[in-house]
Amino acid sequence: MSFLHRHRWLTPYLLLAPGIAFLLVFFVVPLGFLGHTSLREGTVQTGYVFNWAWDNYSKAFSEYQEQFLRSLQYAGISTVLALLISYPLTYWIAFRGGRWKNLLLLCIIAPFFVTYLIRTLAWQNILSDDGFVVSVLQTLGLVPDDGRILATSTAVIAGITYNFLPFMALPLYVSLEQIDKSLIEAAKDLYASSTKTFLRVTLPLSAPGVIAGTLLTFIPAAGDFINAELLGTPNQSMIGNVIQSKFLVLTDYGQAAALSVILMAVILVLIVVYTRVLGTERMAG
Amino acid sequence: MTAAAEPQALPRRRVSPLTRAWAFVRRHTLTVFGVLALVYLMLPIAVVIAFSFNDPAGTFNYTWEGFTTKHWTNPFGPIGLGDAVEASIKVALLATIVSVILGTLIALALVRYHFRGRGATNLLIFIPLTAPEIVLGASLLTLFLYLGTALGFWTIVIAHIMFCISFVVVTVRARLVGFDRHVEEAAMDLGANEFVTFFRITLPLIAPGILAGGLLAFSLSIDDFVITNFNAGTTITFPLYVWGAAKLGVPPEVNVIGTMIFGIAILLMLANTLLQWRRNPKGAA
Repeated sequence: MSFLHRHRWLTPYLLLAPGIAFLLVFFVVPLGFLGHTSLREGTVQTGYVFNWAWDNYSKAFSEYQEQFLRSLQYAGISTVLALLISYPLTYWIAFRGGRWKNLLLLCIIAPFFVTYLIRTLAWQNILSDDGFVVSVLQTLGLVPDDGRILATSTAVIAGITYNFLPFMALPLYVSLEQIDKSLIEAAKDLYASSTKTFLRVTLPLSAPGVIAGTLLTFIPAAGDFINAELLGTPNQSMIGNVIQSKFLVLTDYGQAAALSVILMAVILVLIVVYTRVLGTERMAG
Repeated sequence: MTAAAEPQALPRRRVSPLTRAWAFVRRHTLTVFGVLALVYLMLPIAVVIAFSFNDPAGTFNYTWEGFTTKHWTNPFGPIGLGDAVEASIKVALLATIVSVILGTLIALALVRYHFRGRGATNLLIFIPLTAPEIVLGASLLTLFLYLGTALGFWTIVIAHIMFCISFVVVTVRARLVGFDRHVEEAAMDLGANEFVTFFRITLPLIAPGILAGGLLAFSLSIDDFVITNFNAGTTITFPLYVWGAAKLGVPPEVNVIGTMIFGIAILLMLANTLLQWRRNPKGAA
């Protein structure tokens, strides 16, 4: 104890030490090994050698460009859809929810309490060929009589949108809820129309929520492989599917690691560009 | 929902019936949209619960065949399902305990002390929250491959602690920020030493935050598929069981267990909300 009294400055480091050490060993160091693996060549039979195998990267780009682009496309569409659904919903809860706010909020996060795989399988069920969604759409003529939704891009995008929607809705709700309602009243007192009030007051004030929400939705969506696997076919396979099968089925570790590094790099670049363009530094807070 | 809160009560002149009608339609459009969005969020949950009572003819639990409660009377009937659930609970308990201890210590250091390396620490906490799960899982796998560690129960536990720490830090830190340090000073003035003060004053006051962090860690752990998939070896957790079964047809017992997890989580959330209300009836947030 007296040692600690004499060296007060040590206290924060002692508090940090165990947790940070754990993260260094099991998060930072593995990223280094991932990078190292991405430059190795070989197979399980011949063994793996490190020989600066940059062609793991060039192959990754040339052979899996399609899956990369598809991942970004699906993630982008899903993020926009999630925003379009979440914004009015959370606006409604934040401004009109009254005393039901907490209960309604619980409804938004409720999907998280159903195991990810099980709720995705439920979508498999809902969108299945003899399910009611398909038959309603067929009756309306929106889907041809022999058409299907399951095993199409639509199903995969629908699944991704649903599964990551709470990541969009929660930060949106927080930023909408924090808006000082008197600012909106002030705008209306000054004869701004509802549309103008929304565009000039509410929307800018909720921007941090929009930015946080889109990032939190886009990032896991771009790396996802569960929806493509359960709701799609190999024609819908995303980069996550390729990484997963190369690591766990084909044991093509070099190529798989190179693909993971590229995915991580693409996402980091997107985050930096996105936050720079929209100019927010509040993300990490 | 009250009409009095609407700004149209302002003494504006000549509000045409058309404008009023438009305002009415728009107000209710938002409500209708909100309700529809909630239905969309609840739909898969309802399907999961409903199909736990289904009596499927074959191995696929897709179409409604008839009501039965037989899956509820013997939820661990299918071979391996009971073991998988048991493994998941063990992993989640261990991961929760360790990540809560490590995470709370980091949160205390971050909120209470100014020290060199604060920014780096914040970054180290922030990156695992934003990195795609597949990259976290893949990089940890490469570490274990280099070390020659046999994959199994303990590598799953390590992986889960790793991704839970950041979530615990963020949750506990949020509660610590509003903490009144005068209470601690008062205890010290009255002759309590650091340890007594910590266990008698600090810990009980930040307990709700720790509890929230622990619940979050537990639910993340029990739900995790992606990172577990990379580091499980031949050990089967509940999500891994579901993944394996998805190809051959998921037994309705999986829906029973999914419903149970959902029910327990909702009950805990409601209990937590009630607890907060009783402590602080006005400032429920």
